[in-house]
Amino acid sequence: MYRYDQYDQAMVDTRVAEFRDQVERRLSGKLAEEHFRPLRLMNGLYLQLHAYMLRVAVPYGTLSGAQMHVLADIADKYDRGYGHFTTRQNIQYNWIKLEETPDLLADLAAVEMHAIQTSGNCIRNISSDQYAGAAADELIDPRPYAELLRQWSSFHPEFCTLPRKFKICVIASDTDRAAMKLHDIGIRIIRNDAGEIGAAFYVGGGMGRTPMIAPCIREFVPLDQLVTYSEACLRVYNRYGRRDNKYKARIKILVHELGAAEYTRQVEEEFAHLKTQGIEPPIAELERIKTYFADPAFDADASDAIDRSDALFARWVDRNTHPHKQKGYAIATISLKPVGGIPGDASAHQMHVMADLARDYSFDECRVTHAQNIVLAHVRKADLYALWQKLVAADLATANLDTIGDIIACPGLDYCSLANARSIPVAQKISRRFAESGKEDAIGELKLKISGCINACGHHHAGHIGILGVDRKGTENYQLLLGGCEGDDTSLGKITGPGFDEDGIVDAVEKATDVYLAQRQEGERFLDTYRRIGVDIFKEAIYG
Amino acid sequence: MKILTGNDLKTGAVTWWTGYDWSLHVEDAVDVGSEADAILAREEGARRVNASYAIDAVRDTDGGVRPAHIKDRIRALGPTVRPDLTLKPADPNAGNWVI
Repeated sequence: MYRYDQYDQAMVDTRVAEFRDQVERRLSGKLAEEHFRPLRLMNGLYLQLHAYMLRVAVPYGTLSGAQMHVLADIADKYDRGYGHFTTRQNIQYNWIKLEETPDLLADLAAVEMHAIQTSGNCIRNISSDQYAGAAADELIDPRPYAELLRQWSSFHPEFCTLPRKFKICVIASDTDRAAMKLHDIGIRIIRNDAGEIGAAFYVGGGMGRTPMIAPCIREFVPLDQLVTYSEACLRVYNRYGRRDNKYKARIKILVHELGAAEYTRQVEEEFAHLKTQGIEPPIAELERIKTYFADPAFDADASDAIDRSDALFARWVDRNTHPHKQKGYAIATISLKPVGGIPGDASAHQMHVMADLARDYSFDECRVTHAQNIVLAHVRKADLYALWQKLVAADLATANLDTIGDIIACPGLDYCSLANARSIPVAQKISRRFAESGKEDAIGELKLKISGCINACGHHHAGHIGILGVDRKGTENYQLLLGGCEGDDTSLGKITGPGFDEDGIVDAVEKATDVYLAQRQEGERFLDTYRRIGVDIFKEAIYG
Repeated sequence: MKILTGNDLKTGAVTWWTGYDWSLHVEDAVDVGSEADAILAREEGARRVNASYAIDAVRDTDGGVRPAHIKDRIRALGPTVRPDLTLKPADPNAGNWVI
């Protein structure tokens, strides 16, 4: 994985020193909150419902074991013994003290991490495929390009005060596992008919209060023009994106209002100009970055055999592992969704365990997924049983990847000052009900996503079943959506009808799954059945 | 009744105006009547509180002060999903008025 050079380290260290001074001035009264607030937000420090919350960037979700150990240490030293892995492949701490934040950031900087650009109207953490560099269906590893874009976008002076926040995703596989079309810019690395490798650009996607699927504005950008084309996309947005209304300020609104064709025309015009300016980083820099993402030293003689005599282990293998490009290896996902647990939360102890497991079984590397789980990308199949036994001991072996128990949920009203309703208790009730009834296994793949407000941090628009928490006259109320999907066949869920209280929404979810179980045909997932039979039969069961 | 709440500047902890200081416990909050704006301006200026605001609340039959909105009731006790992290983790009934 990428390691900082002297420039990266100097930038991060300088920012820590700068923020330490800013905190001192705030605490001494030399800075008022109105002036300090944008400064702390530039460093990922929010004031949330119960305390300050710090969001730490995990570039494209990739962490070393040493970095995961430090995240655990921070949970113990500065927080209350746990952290929350987010849908942006980051981690958040919920109980941070302002006076301790500079020391915390210094601890992060010591392992090449920071919280810069995890808030504010700038280019946020670049996200990517959690199976990058390991998946059998991958064209090339997208992470060198994600890293190149990270370097380009870090402290980019032109793009530090955009009309609104900006999220970029880079993938390079047949299967989109990163919700690429629901980003401000989604980049898919492809091979064209001439056999050349380049990138398709999807611009203007997103969730939030106005969900949109990004249209493809250019089917092929040569990889040696990736940064230049990205800059052209950003420039047009920065020039014409609305600053008068924050609810209409995202690039998806600009693309929608201009029309994709006109937005594309302007980008192409800007691109033609920028190509004369020589802003693309030298190939040597890309080659330098690529060296950090070379394949690890795989055991060429590793066996594909797995002893499945332990039924619980076999179930976990079937559910939580994925084919690897290398013979004898598998990709293992550690579910952070124990039955009745809090989606995405991990204790400091569990983080230490995952760090040790990454070191012992996956070349000292782990990944945070946008579904709030952790991936060990390179595990020898012969080591899977030993790995699983250690996961069991740490309560990390829940075999529920991509099932109804693998719920994405935002922190909701239990933690977030923007939320209108709690997300976590709903997730816990659904998780328990379907695990205890045995229906979770019967249903199979079903992606359920819960947001506690219209900002959609819990990706409810993209859930096969989505739940949106709203405030109805001071009372929590939950709307049910069906038919959303991220990935290659991205679609946006539709609200089924009137909302429910907390217990009512759990019942409604069960009624929807009962329709599926009764109506499904051979090989159909919940989403497939929904698309085939339509929403009316579901509505009848839920509201009839 | 009208009560005042905010966060401690250094720690971020949720606090409630007691009439002369800021407390971690909503039970200590007092009715400020029409004085909210003046108190908040003075206390923010003295950096004794951050991000403060006035809210509606009621006093229940046991004498406890209960914020009117669910968001502030959750702020008063702590996350409903982590009773071990609330202000009164040893009291199983501590949160039965929050939801």
